[in-house]
Amino acid sequence: MAKRIVSLLLACLTMGAGLAQADPEADLAGLVKHYKDRLPDLKPQDYIFGALAYNKDSMEQYLSIMDFPPYLNDMDKAKALWNKPFKNGKTFGDCFPNKGKNVAGDYPMFDDASGKVVTFENAINSCLKANGETEYDYGDMKTMGLVTAYAKSLSDGSKVNVKVQGKGALEAYEKGKTFFYSRRGQLNFSCATCHVDNVGKSIRSDALSPTIGQTSHWPEFRSGTEPTTLQTRFRQCNIQVRSAPLPQNSEEYNNLEYFLSYMSNGLPMQTPVFRK
Amino acid sequence: MADPMKIRATLAGDTADIKCLMNHAMETGQRKDAKTGQLIPAHFINRVTATVGGKTVLEAQWSVAIAKNPFLGFKVKGAKAGDKVVISWEDNKGDKNTAEAAIS
Repeated sequence: MAKRIVSLLLACLTMGAGLAQADPEADLAGLVKHYKDRLPDLKPQDYIFGALAYNKDSMEQYLSIMDFPPYLNDMDKAKALWNKPFKNGKTFGDCFPNKGKNVAGDYPMFDDASGKVVTFENAINSCLKANGETEYDYGDMKTMGLVTAYAKSLSDGSKVNVKVQGKGALEAYEKGKTFFYSRRGQLNFSCATCHVDNVGKSIRSDALSPTIGQTSHWPEFRSGTEPTTLQTRFRQCNIQVRSAPLPQNSEEYNNLEYFLSYMSNGLPMQTPVFRK
Repeated sequence: MADPMKIRATLAGDTADIKCLMNHAMETGQRKDAKTGQLIPAHFINRVTATVGGKTVLEAQWSVAIAKNPFLGFKVKGAKAGDKVVISWEDNKGDKNTAEAAIS
């Protein structure tokens, strides 16, 4: 009995210490274990396919569509946007190391100077601004959606490699994590309600995908032809639980993306992809 | 239409699997312009022809039920690698487009 009280006290103390100190590595390990328990048949390399990996038929249909996807013509437009020189003669590629090849895995990153999370979309707009061009509207899929669809394809195969180091970064990460686990909306669901607690279950005509592997393939072409950035999808998810959506590039969504991207660390990127 | 069609033609055994992505608004004539409230006139592909190695293998009459930027897929038995696939369409306004690819 005494031993139980002591161990309970110890548990409370360590938990208290845990709450005060963000630990992304432990969070990720916790989720890995959770999904291993709940989805024992899901292979580590298949997490990036989300709900598609739950059954053979879905995967076959997906691979068949990806062989000749319906967004090919949009990707031509996207490539042209990326390569089109600015008024000063420079291009998007000049703003990134390696002309933009294999850089997307580092985003989002935390910028200590500004004290904010910096997403890949932020980097695109910073590039436009630095070269005297008008920045894109974060919600405009015809510009931001298309350009990032092509730009991030230059990082295909490279791994998600988000770093959370330093006080500011850890705070932003924790805010993103809190958002993820907070209930919201008329349906009173949190992101975790579906993607952690009820992962693998059916919801209407879909199945719930695990958080690990979710962020490595954005933008997507949803319904095959609608370019959709990750934060546009956040808005859609929030609307689905009847919560007021936030604008793309809001601080909450940037922090959420920061947390979520860390959860996909080590996984190979592929952009864009087809989703229904 | 300015945008070119994309054709993908692969051979499996003696059957060619041909996939084609076309660019076309495929307006039914029923939609209204959001700003003006006027009906957007019907503008859709109404004839599609496909030939393989010079021989016509497919003729289609399309109408408003085909969605925007149509995808066409079909299989042709007895095709050989290197055979030329030519797909052409014509729409209700008389616009035309054509593209070709070799079976690989």
